[in-house]
Amino acid sequence: MQQHRMNIVIAGHVDHGKSTLIGRLLVDTNSLPEGKLEQVKRLCEKNSKPFEYAFLLDSLQDEQSHGITIDTTRIFFKSKLREYIIIDAPGHIEFLKNMVSGAARAEAAILLIDAHEGVAENSKRHAYMMSFLGIKQIAVAINKMDLVGYSEEKYLQIKNEYEKFLEKIGIEPVAFVPTAAREGVNLNSLSEKIKWYKGKTLLEIINSFSKKDVILESPFRMYAQGVYKFAGHNNKRRTIAGTINSGSISVGDEIIFYPSGKKSKVLSIEEFYKPPKNIAVVGEAIGLTLTEELYIPQTELICKINEPQPKLTNRFKASIFWMGKKPLSLNKKYKLKIGTQNVSAVIEKIENVLNTSELQYFDNKITVEKHEVALCIVKTDSKTAFDLVHEMEATSRFVLVDNYDISGGGIINENMAEATVIVQQKYSDFEIALNNFIRENFPHWEAKPLGQEG
Amino acid sequence: MDNLQKLEAQSVYIFREAYREFKNLAMLWSIGKDSTVLLWLARKAFFGNVPFPLVHIDTSYKIPEMIEYRNQLVKDWNLNLIVGQNKKAIIGKQTFPDGNVDRLTCCKLLKSTALNKSLSGEWSRLKFDHHTDQFIEDPNNESYTGVIVGVRADEEGSRSKERYFSPRDKNYDWDVGDQPPELWNQFKTDFEPNSHIRIHPLLDWTELNIWEYIERENIPTIPLYFDNGRGKRYRSLGCYPCTSPVDSESKNVGEIIEELKSGKFANIAERSGRAQDTDGGGTLEILRREGYM
Repeated sequence: MQQHRMNIVIAGHVDHGKSTLIGRLLVDTNSLPEGKLEQVKRLCEKNSKPFEYAFLLDSLQDEQSHGITIDTTRIFFKSKLREYIIIDAPGHIEFLKNMVSGAARAEAAILLIDAHEGVAENSKRHAYMMSFLGIKQIAVAINKMDLVGYSEEKYLQIKNEYEKFLEKIGIEPVAFVPTAAREGVNLNSLSEKIKWYKGKTLLEIINSFSKKDVILESPFRMYAQGVYKFAGHNNKRRTIAGTINSGSISVGDEIIFYPSGKKSKVLSIEEFYKPPKNIAVVGEAIGLTLTEELYIPQTELICKINEPQPKLTNRFKASIFWMGKKPLSLNKKYKLKIGTQNVSAVIEKIENVLNTSELQYFDNKITVEKHEVALCIVKTDSKTAFDLVHEMEATSRFVLVDNYDISGGGIINENMAEATVIVQQKYSDFEIALNNFIRENFPHWEAKPLGQEG
Repeated sequence: MDNLQKLEAQSVYIFREAYREFKNLAMLWSIGKDSTVLLWLARKAFFGNVPFPLVHIDTSYKIPEMIEYRNQLVKDWNLNLIVGQNKKAIIGKQTFPDGNVDRLTCCKLLKSTALNKSLSGEWSRLKFDHHTDQFIEDPNNESYTGVIVGVRADEEGSRSKERYFSPRDKNYDWDVGDQPPELWNQFKTDFEPNSHIRIHPLLDWTELNIWEYIERENIPTIPLYFDNGRGKRYRSLGCYPCTSPVDSESKNVGEIIEELKSGKFANIAERSGRAQDTDGGGTLEILRREGYM
């Protein structure tokens, strides 16, 4: 039988022992390939370095020579219950974007705190990023308990302090556990050294995380990834390819495309080398054919007509986490990617900027620096379809591209459409449609989108 | 959806993003089980078609059955096959089997250099002609800007750090310390001129997942993976001078899965039969920074 798999991220401040904890967990649960432990120990001996469990994970040469994790590592790990991919995230502030990349894939998180050092800057910043990324299941391990003589008082002091912080950002941890990763304390089994702790081991806590329920009742959303018509394709119709972002779709459903507003009906659900089916659900990668052959752009958002519709506007309010090399600036053009759609966008207003470790807000800023989170009003060149984060996560998130790099992640909180938008249309609808048609069907002419003729 | 269905759906998503975003897209095909699963997933993504060329780097030291199997699938599935090779090194005998260079240099010359120069179009490439069943010189010498590769994170350390979309600069270098952020299925699809992106649809798959999927989908695999009747089989395929078979009596896919799950290989690394990995610490990382798959 296929085991279920869950992605878990381990985060926390630099040197609080994330890699060591995972390394020790792998050793204690017999999860390492045969000979790996001996090989790493021999290598340490050869280089006259004391053995560290972290060396089992920090595989890059730079990581071993500096003793820090630079980039996230995917570790495959199996408990009796299920399979895990454990994501070891770097704790150094410089590598925050790597930590975010790892955490964005996770369903649950372990936040690690060094008992000797206490709650540190990135203990807070990482927790904030977890809540930003929408990770609901979080456990806290207070590590290196051996350095504080397994003191319950010290443990409770840190627990209380951190709990207060987490409460402010809306995180309710599922558990706290005192650990000493290097000594293997409370990872796989409870230890004699820490008799006052009667809770679960870290492994038990990990096994108690629950899989996210698949909610089929949500409205159907699917970003089209392309419209295909291959020579020799069995089905001569155009096939719209995509992965279902939420809800379900059935043959015969009436659907609407955004932003174009075109409507049609599902003729068939297409897959290769699978039995035909009449219904497909969230997570499935499918193709759709339509009862009428419409001209449809490559990347529309597909919804069902009889369900709640997404917003379709060119102005909204969003929280943006910035990780760009240059600061996020007002009135500069960025490429905004939401689902499979790309639009040009500017930041019209920065309402406030948040320091994510101190939770202090700053008003009247005109730029957002790296690692800050800002509440902004975003204006796009053309209308974009989306949902709000409290309605539907999958279709409320976007990234901003500066130059060639993904530089920010955003979550849409509010539709700001009707209020003050006065659009002076420079081109007629016919000109816009013609330009779209040319760019779609004659890409080799390399026509630019209107307004960007340069 | 079970684990394999989820893995399949994510890989298909990545393929379709790559196909839309890259004008010059190609996929590396090493003939092994991973890149053949990759090929199968491409057919899933595009409803039986593979709408981009497959590039095979022929070191001339591949096990002969691999080339036979390659050419057969190319015909059966009507694939666009491109072959690249470091002819100069092979003719000049600058290889490990010729005894003139060490393993690492041999890998660099016959694989990394051949790969980089073939992808960039600097060296001529061969193309399989379906009308004549012969190889002809590929008239297209454009460089590929998106290259799909079947690496898995569980194979070895440096691969566990990869992104789904991973940039390589104009010198083919991989800057492991400064990789792009990747969140909410948004990938790096914008890149500077002369650089290219490696695309990794199999990153979250394990060796066991690959075999389970081969079994479920009934994907044709090369018989070298099965016991040859003398208690030996290949677990990982490469060049014959540096890849050795392992002792195993697994005769079919089902028996391999059993062996990986609970049998003798449950705890032994897959690439243990690959000699170039063990010539000093970090060897594969060095190779990979310079363009090795």
